[in-house]
Amino acid sequence: MKYALLAYSRPEVDQRGEILPEITEALSRPEVKSWVRLQNAESATTVSSPGDGTLLTDGPFVDSKEYLGGLIVIEAADLDEALAIAADFQSLMRAFGVIEVRPILETG
Amino acid sequence: MLEDVFRQEWGRVLATLVGFLGDIELAEDAAQDAFAAAAERWPRDGQPPNPIGWLITTGRNRAIDRIRRERAFADKAEHLARQLAEQAEESMDEITVFPDERLELIFTCCHPALSLDAQVALTLRTLGGLSTEEIARAFLVPFETMSKRLTRAKHKIRDAVIPFAVPSDELLPDRLDAVLAVVYLIFNQGWGEGRGDLAAEAIRLGRALVELMPDEPDPLALLALMLLNDSRRAARFRNDELVLFDEQDRSLWDRAQIDEGRELLRRAIALRGTGPYVVQAAIADLHLEEPRDWREIATLYGVLAQLTQSPVVEMNRAIALAEINGPEDALELIDQLPLDDYCYFHSTRADILRRLGRNTEARIAYGRALALTQSEPERRFLEGRMLELGTPVNTDWQELWTYTLNDLEQELEGGEEPTR
Repeated sequence: MKYALLAYSRPEVDQRGEILPEITEALSRPEVKSWVRLQNAESATTVSSPGDGTLLTDGPFVDSKEYLGGLIVIEAADLDEALAIAADFQSLMRAFGVIEVRPILETG
Repeated sequence: MLEDVFRQEWGRVLATLVGFLGDIELAEDAAQDAFAAAAERWPRDGQPPNPIGWLITTGRNRAIDRIRRERAFADKAEHLARQLAEQAEESMDEITVFPDERLELIFTCCHPALSLDAQVALTLRTLGGLSTEEIARAFLVPFETMSKRLTRAKHKIRDAVIPFAVPSDELLPDRLDAVLAVVYLIFNQGWGEGRGDLAAEAIRLGRALVELMPDEPDPLALLALMLLNDSRRAARFRNDELVLFDEQDRSLWDRAQIDEGRELLRRAIALRGTGPYVVQAAIADLHLEEPRDWREIATLYGVLAQLTQSPVVEMNRAIALAEINGPEDALELIDQLPLDDYCYFHSTRADILRRLGRNTEARIAYGRALALTQSEPERRFLEGRMLELGTPVNTDWQELWTYTLNDLEQELEGGEEPTR
């Protein structure tokens, strides 16, 4: 079973710095299948189509103080395992923000 | 009669079917099919020698049929059905050894990834066997809301793979606390409303926990606490009117229940239980003594306050202290508590103010409690108390309350206590 850990950062945190060595280490755990870091929210462009054409909006779609800073895909047997891994990451980036755990929809 | 069997065995049958089918919704349909078949056949053919085994086997076979019928996802369903049918054949002869998986089910239903509302509803539905409609009525929400709440929770369990298992030793203490909190919340919902059915349901769940985890002190203590409080049920109301503790007819207290509660508490303490439920059960026990040992009660509330950091517990300690040192000290303690939204805070304050002869303030406090209570008997009780303090009769209590508040506050500003 795969889960996505969505890491939301607090607005005052600059995403683009070096990754902490503890986090680098945690990202190399066998349960971690892949991960990405995202540029700051100001770099986002939102694409939508309210009427006929395509509308581009400067900025992220979800307008919240915290912004999506990264995404980690993990493999876990069940939600308890996934939550334990999420808690490990959260404790490493405590100052940076919060983690949302979502099961990944696998089709076929 | 048959209904009693159903109510007793629903959780047991459903839990095994969830374990077998891996999905609560599917298992619920299967269990319903099995109980419907029993309702049709048992009165005609007689009850089978092993009713639980019969119900589980029937439910399982119906589930396999049901999966086969679901043409929409034919291949997948056929594969699963074949697999289940093979498993079913393997264990068909061992009808008596179906594992009791209620504990797995209750830990699934009380998983902290579900909202507390959902945990409570799901526990009542799956282990208590209450219908969605009954649960909706018990919690005063529309049927649709409750139905959505249950469906959403079941889908989350399925989609996020909330485990159907007893948690690891590491997680167990926290998860067990969550389970006990759900059961106690159900009990209190029944208690405040004076609804015996919910309280009885909570006690049934408490008994199941004790049966399934006989060496854990906290389930024993919770069951003891519920039994000791519930023993006074018959004395708590007279002609639908709330009767205060001191005015209760003690001959109506359920002696057998008190004895059982005390025995359970003794077992919990022997297992070195020191948690909040042990302390609360010990306090409930002391309250049943006559005369009441207020010093001991106040001490235990002090211990409980340390454990829980709860201002409600502090308030109860203050009530005990009022019996020892008089109401003046107690009022000082109570006035520091951040409980302005809590009905019993205001009714307690009102009572102490009344004993101090500060009737105007007592009326205001009773009015606050009245505005916050959700229980009909409590409302009538508080109204009665306000009347005793000389409030004019009026049937529109909302209006009266607004009137009274303005009126009284003006009187207070004038600085004189109104005469009755």
